[in-house]
Amino acid sequence: MSDWRAARKIVALQRRALMLEAVRRFFSRRGYLEVETPNRIPAPAPEHHVDAVACGGWYLHTSPELAMKRLLAVGFPPLFQICKCYRDAERGDRHLPEFSMLEWYRPGADYRFLMTECEELICFVASELGLGFSIPFRGGAIDLGRPWPVLTVREAFARFASLSLDEALCRDVFDETLALEIEPHLSGNRPLFLCDYPLALGSLARSKAEDPSVAERFELYLGGLEIANAFSELIDAVEQRRRFAEANDFRVRTGRNAYALSEPFLQALAEMPASAGIALGIDRLAMIFTDSHSIDDVVCFVPEDL
Amino acid sequence: MLYTASDLKKGLRIKIDNEPYVITEFNFVKPGKGQALYHCKLKNMINGNQFSRTFRSVDNFEAADLQHKKMQYLYKEDDKYYFMDNESYEQVFLTEEQMGDAKNFLIENVEAEILLFEDRPIDISLPNFVDLVVAQAEPWARGDSVTGNTKPVTLETGYKILVPTFIEEGQKIRVDTRTGEYLTRVKD
Repeated sequence: MSDWRAARKIVALQRRALMLEAVRRFFSRRGYLEVETPNRIPAPAPEHHVDAVACGGWYLHTSPELAMKRLLAVGFPPLFQICKCYRDAERGDRHLPEFSMLEWYRPGADYRFLMTECEELICFVASELGLGFSIPFRGGAIDLGRPWPVLTVREAFARFASLSLDEALCRDVFDETLALEIEPHLSGNRPLFLCDYPLALGSLARSKAEDPSVAERFELYLGGLEIANAFSELIDAVEQRRRFAEANDFRVRTGRNAYALSEPFLQALAEMPASAGIALGIDRLAMIFTDSHSIDDVVCFVPEDL
Repeated sequence: MLYTASDLKKGLRIKIDNEPYVITEFNFVKPGKGQALYHCKLKNMINGNQFSRTFRSVDNFEAADLQHKKMQYLYKEDDKYYFMDNESYEQVFLTEEQMGDAKNFLIENVEAEILLFEDRPIDISLPNFVDLVVAQAEPWARGDSVTGNTKPVTLETGYKILVPTFIEEGQKIRVDTRTGEYLTRVKD
């Protein structure tokens, strides 16, 4: 039964492979170095809502972020990595507990630069796959004409939600409001950068100079799917240690385990140049380019098949 | 038995405010860096009311205590349909509303499955096929109707159904209880 399901995916998986080739071509042409960092690590970054999978006394990484930043700190050029990441108990139409992530970092840049680079990457991949500036998706088409619209989180709440951003934060319903009231409006025919998240939701992002209450963070939405998350990276080791401790406190309060802090990472952070970094879900991008309804349609096997 | 939010899935039956609910739609959502949300559509298994609710991973649920029992249909009195548990000889009843379409296909002494919630009967499921006698059928003459090769008859339960024109009063037919449609003539 499961192998029959896999057989139906041949066309989608061929397209996924072409998409990955195009992504690698994009970055190597721009002078990015492809790296592979260890998947099994002793200390994942403590985040409020990301749970790592334990593995032989250590953990499987939830993202390659800490290791890649250590490379930047010792003077590596712009970096990219395509790897599997693991997050416990995440399973749905858009989630797999084991998924593929594209992560890239650029020293000297900020999140605005990454918005432009996202546009260039997606347009390049679309063109390499024989599409123009339009991706057929779910009965319509995503219009890639640049520049892409930008909306702040505060504006998004004002425009689409039944309550303001401040009320949502105060009543602790930010996630519910974003997921159920706002995201359904982000599935139009245009890509969208949702940016400037409240600082408390910007775990490893630096605050904005003009408005320290928000983090320089954006999420890219394509066809209503959240595709990528970008930061102007926080390089203040003291502040980072404080945020990790706060996240660990929250984890313990909500009945989950705290993670040890990665001291090599925190030491390296003090040496890291100002950089911009971004994580992009490869499986979700494959959903876009294969016009798939479920993440199950763009991977060989899902846990339930095994 | 206790479930956590990560156990939620379509078809799961849980107890909320002391009533049994079945999850009819389920969506896992997790906005970037945000918490996992479990968006469910739920249907009350007693009154059929539906609503949506979003749970968080810290939420717990009690399983709905449901069991199926084979029971024999005895008789109808007022709005109540009485059944007997074949093992304990205990009698229970379902209301006309709870019976739904099943009342169209039930004759005395037939066995059906009764769904019990904490020992309270709340629903019935019939075998997929039941054989019923045609209680009333007009004699049929070619050209009586433009509807072609079917005609309406009334079964012994009072249910009106379309059958082929060759079916006559007193004959037994097989009915699909899921669709309410005629399947075939049954010869005794």
